[in-house]
Amino acid sequence: MIAPVGTLVTIAWTFALMSLLAIGGANSAIPEMHRVAVDVRQWMTDAQFADMFAISQLSPGPNVLIVTLIGYHVAGIAGGLVATAAMCGPSAIVAYIVSRRLQRSAQSEWPRILQAALVPLSIGLMCASGLILAQTADRTVVAAAVTLVAATVAFASKLNPIWLLAAGGMLGLAGLV
Amino acid sequence: MELFLAFAKMSLAGFGGVLVFARRAMVEKHRWMTAEEFNEAFALCHFLPGPNIVNLSVVFGSRFGGIPGAVAAFFGLVGPPAAIVTALAAIYAHYGQIDAIQRTLAGITCAAVGLFLAVIAKMMLPLLKQRDPVALVLLFAVFAAVGLLRLPLPAVLLVSIPISIALTAWIRTRGTA
Repeated sequence: MIAPVGTLVTIAWTFALMSLLAIGGANSAIPEMHRVAVDVRQWMTDAQFADMFAISQLSPGPNVLIVTLIGYHVAGIAGGLVATAAMCGPSAIVAYIVSRRLQRSAQSEWPRILQAALVPLSIGLMCASGLILAQTADRTVVAAAVTLVAATVAFASKLNPIWLLAAGGMLGLAGLV
Repeated sequence: MELFLAFAKMSLAGFGGVLVFARRAMVEKHRWMTAEEFNEAFALCHFLPGPNIVNLSVVFGSRFGGIPGAVAAFFGLVGPPAAIVTALAAIYAHYGQIDAIQRTLAGITCAAVGLFLAVIAKMMLPLLKQRDPVALVLLFAVFAAVGLLRLPLPAVLLVSIPISIALTAWIRTRGTA
């Protein structure tokens, strides 16, 4: 599949912007990814977005790789590469520059104020991510119960998350969810 | 090269987030950083935009080997898992519509959302303990704007970041005066 250049440019621009807006990490940008991919561009359905979240959680590596899946879905391998580079590149450059600066002027009060100001915003965004994902995934009572149990177990124990994902998959395969 | 391999290893070991593995590899196994240095670098990457762990690899790589070090760490972290995810995306594109796979993925999604909610809950605990009303109001406002009203992220951040920084700076200076 050869993607039109225009699509790749759209992907690059979309994720480059998101890279700089994802305060507190890639998961903060999930609502925006959902909004753009499902509502604005209509690249995929709600259910497909949920599937991609599941696949990204299931695979090893940083969670940001959900953008690779979205890019691939839209424009094949080139789309995946462009989306990944656009999502990681701009913020990585910012991180590089800021870390250099900070080493020189470690006494400044500003990084601490900035951090204190951004933490609540980033957690608010994460909560929004959680809500949107729960709305796309939990369409039945059983599904919501699975989410709730997984959340409680993960919160209260140090069980390797892969077992919870496997259990969810088994229940799904058995047709219970 | 050593950086590339170390980051490749930790990212492939990291299901559902690489942070724990990154800490183990950098602080305990290779002793490239002390625990304090790691926390400081992580805090920096946490309030910068973009995927945290990707930023961390760039900051860390650059401290050891300048720009080549940053590039090696980055590709070690992102390259191998991105290849895996791309393979999964190809499989999904071909077989994603098969009923059994649909059901399994739906089950995994439910569990994955649960894990995600648990992570959010853990992040919120310290904030709830501080009982900082300003932070909680900001958190809820961002959640409502993005999660409930589904407003575009750029607009929400354009409003909320200046407000949050101004409030935080004002409270801090008043506190020390």
